[in-house]
Amino acid sequence: MIQQTIKFYQTGTFTVGNRLLDESQRSVQANMERTNSLNSGHRACQGCGEALGARYAIDAAMRATGNRLIAVNATGCLEVFSTPYPESSWQIPWIHSLFGNAAAVASGIAAALRMRGQDDVRVIAQGGDGGTTDIGFGCLSGMFERNDDVLYLCYDNEAYMNTGVQRSSATPPTARTATTMAVGDEPGNPFGTGKNVPLIAMAHHIPYVATATVANLRDLEAKVTKAMALRGARYIHIHVPCPLGWGSDPALTIRIARLAVESGLFPLFEAAHGELTSRTFIRRRVPAAEYLRLQKRFAHLFTAGAEAQLARVQAIADRNIERFGLLAPESAS
Amino acid sequence: MFQVRIHGRGGQGVVSGAEMLSTAAFKEGRHAQAFPSFGSERMGAPVMAFCRIDDREIRLREPVLAPDALIIQDPTLLLQADLFKGLDDAGFVLVNSSRDLDELGLGDLAARLRPGRLRTVAATDLARQHVGRPLPNAALLGAFAALTGEVQLDSVLAAIRHKFPAKIAAGNVAAATAAFAALAPAEERARA
Amino acid sequence: MLEQMEGSQAVATAIALARPQVICAYPITPQTHIVEGLGEMVKSGELKGCEFINVESEFAALSVAIGASAAGARTYTATSSQGLLFMAEAVYNAAGLELPIVMTIGNRAIGAPINIWNDHSDSMALRDAGWIQLFADTNQEALDLHIQAFRLAEDLSCPVMVCMDGFILTHAYERVDLPAQAEVDAFLPPYEPRQVLDPAQPVTIGAMVGPDAFTEVRYLAHHRQLSALEKIPEVAAAFKARFGRASGGLLRGYRMEGAETVVIALGSVNGTVQDVIDEMRADGMAIGSLAIGTFRPFPLAALRAALAGAKRVLVLEKCLAAGVGGIVTDDVRRALAGEQVRINTVIGGLGGRAITRESLRRVFADACAARLERLSFLDLDTGVVERELARERAARRSGPTAEAVLRQLGAPGSRLG
Repeated sequence: MIQQTIKFYQTGTFTVGNRLLDESQRSVQANMERTNSLNSGHRACQGCGEALGARYAIDAAMRATGNRLIAVNATGCLEVFSTPYPESSWQIPWIHSLFGNAAAVASGIAAALRMRGQDDVRVIAQGGDGGTTDIGFGCLSGMFERNDDVLYLCYDNEAYMNTGVQRSSATPPTARTATTMAVGDEPGNPFGTGKNVPLIAMAHHIPYVATATVANLRDLEAKVTKAMALRGARYIHIHVPCPLGWGSDPALTIRIARLAVESGLFPLFEAAHGELTSRTFIRRRVPAAEYLRLQKRFAHLFTAGAEAQLARVQAIADRNIERFGLLAPESAS
Repeated sequence: MFQVRIHGRGGQGVVSGAEMLSTAAFKEGRHAQAFPSFGSERMGAPVMAFCRIDDREIRLREPVLAPDALIIQDPTLLLQADLFKGLDDAGFVLVNSSRDLDELGLGDLAARLRPGRLRTVAATDLARQHVGRPLPNAALLGAFAALTGEVQLDSVLAAIRHKFPAKIAAGNVAAATAAFAALAPAEERARA
Repeated sequence: MLEQMEGSQAVATAIALARPQVICAYPITPQTHIVEGLGEMVKSGELKGCEFINVESEFAALSVAIGASAAGARTYTATSSQGLLFMAEAVYNAAGLELPIVMTIGNRAIGAPINIWNDHSDSMALRDAGWIQLFADTNQEALDLHIQAFRLAEDLSCPVMVCMDGFILTHAYERVDLPAQAEVDAFLPPYEPRQVLDPAQPVTIGAMVGPDAFTEVRYLAHHRQLSALEKIPEVAAAFKARFGRASGGLLRGYRMEGAETVVIALGSVNGTVQDVIDEMRADGMAIGSLAIGTFRPFPLAALRAALAGAKRVLVLEKCLAAGVGGIVTDDVRRALAGEQVRINTVIGGLGGRAITRESLRRVFADACAARLERLSFLDLDTGVVERELARERAARRSGPTAEAVLRQLGAPGSRLG
């Protein structure tokens, strides 16, 4: 898939308009041949980042593989809202087994396809942050270290939304969840906890690791397309706002996802065989507070006396910007 | 049914010894069952293995409680309680040692058993000599064939060849043959 | 072809003859020799068209098997004890997804206290997960059951556990008759999945089912298990017709003619039981035995018919439901509902405790003479138990029970049983 750097500053938005592009460069979603792998009619909430991310990711993977694709789904919102018996939104062969085993089930499918002489058919495993960074982490790491031919997509909405917004190891510091309430001396999720699964994936030296966001769907499609051109274990960690869990306006899903990137709280990068190969520069840096203020889960940061907490979140954003080099050289001052 | 209990230490090939004995009997068209004492013992710990030989299917799964023969692969186990448990005076005892029975403190046992039923063989020495490693199990099986007549030497040698790759098998075959010769009655030696 | 070989190797050979396409394994004693054998066969090229995957846990082992089976591959794995419990969630899932996976259970106790030796606690814990559970009495039967298991599993689209006693069978060398590849191929056709993940015909597998349909789905699972009660004897008969020996089936009676006392047991202990029954028959006792070959689904009708002439039933169990007693006993009682048959439960062989002829003869004689309590424990050292109970009564902080019992017994190692 060809990508072209275009500056749309004149439009006042950062949305890439397909009509301005040559037809061959337009989004998969703009294509009449798109597969609608996750078809309309599913039961996701309004403004669901996960549904959006999954639709773009799977359709892009379908295009990249000539529609020869099988998907495994961990238990979670995506699984529940897409397959209420006896209906299914999935237009592709799709299996749900358990919460914690999507990566292993995908490994088994890949092995079976090889043994059945069908290795043109490719396998994707997908799950939320709970199914990926917590309960499915063992199977994920096993799939990585064996370098099984699976692309794993993690839709990260930073908590267990399906069960009612409980904390996961992807929940950011200070976020209010049902199990990290905004009460006490250190309201919300404590600082100094959690894990960065993209970096852990890189430590397995697998062929491809990337982060992506629903704020940049062309970039997500490009990363999925790139991943499907490779063999072996691949991982894409996609930031997907959850209006319900985050207490945000469903209409602002894309904006909030973009502010996470532009503040430095969600760095976009790619890595190959354990080495960072690219990062997406922040186009217009914003304070973390701009991102946080739109979400009720961070409301306690904007009350009197919470200045220190807010400053610590800003420090995390600053640290990311420095660590991943997220500012373009010309604007680095 | 003929029942054998092998006592040794982890790493001495006790289980392989029982396995090869069962293979030798199998090669004679008999039924045989070999199994270890199922421990999680590491190298050097006392271990046991069992072998039963019969002309009909062996269904019994209990450990060998009343052995017809005992093979003691490591004489340092002689002080262990229960070593001779279940052995009656018709039983055979084969001890891997270059020392004589009195030196080993086995004079009383020799007196209890029928004449000629308690014998020693320097199986570790023979293994060192022929195999190059102190693994006495194959040599002991050669001696066992001579002592009990329960299996033929040829069957033991065939079992050894079945168990090991050719080069290792050759040394073990030589050790077993030498051990057989050391114990076989003079007339058999003359025939050999 | 007759061969003298270890039980694990015999099972590995049987699996290879069944031409599996994906094998996944995680090591746990005493199942290890089986998958080691298969791993070598795959790596050496002796077993072609098969991928062997070393995974990071038993949960992953069965999960990989679920994926492979759903993608249309004949799939095998093996486990024991803690491993089976660690994959418990996937055990239920494989059955719910109707995937014909075959899994060997090298039966072993469950801790704590940790114990690597044989009993039936592991497969009993997962008895109602929706898998068919077959128990092998001998290594020959273990070998044969694995070949039957793939046919059963694939005919019914239902996973099958073949349970064989850890160490007692898995590590025992004995004579087995290995079938020829051509014969196995004729008995076991290539796997034709009932459902498969295929881009040419996309299906959704594993959808959420709510209250409106869950009962119906569960009823159909029950129906499938009941149909297995007909299929299992059919497959055993087909096996006998082709290979010339009886293996498997629902129940295997021994000297049941005119038996007033019947011993019921599962697995390798049946051999020792049969030896004891021969002795007691020679003494004129009217005693016989029934080996339960199929524990799930439980052959209620067949058992009831087989026990028609029995006055007393002794269920010898290698598993204890703490606070209840015998697990198999409950099913036997269900089979005998309304009958005036005295049922005794004897718990034996826990954690590898040897079950000896002498002990069996004693309890069988007690059962015949109606001297046996409803629930008893074979060779229980009551002295040890009473001393420990007294010690616990004497001091609040009495410490861990298992370690205290070991201290009483002194150094083990040389004991035989």
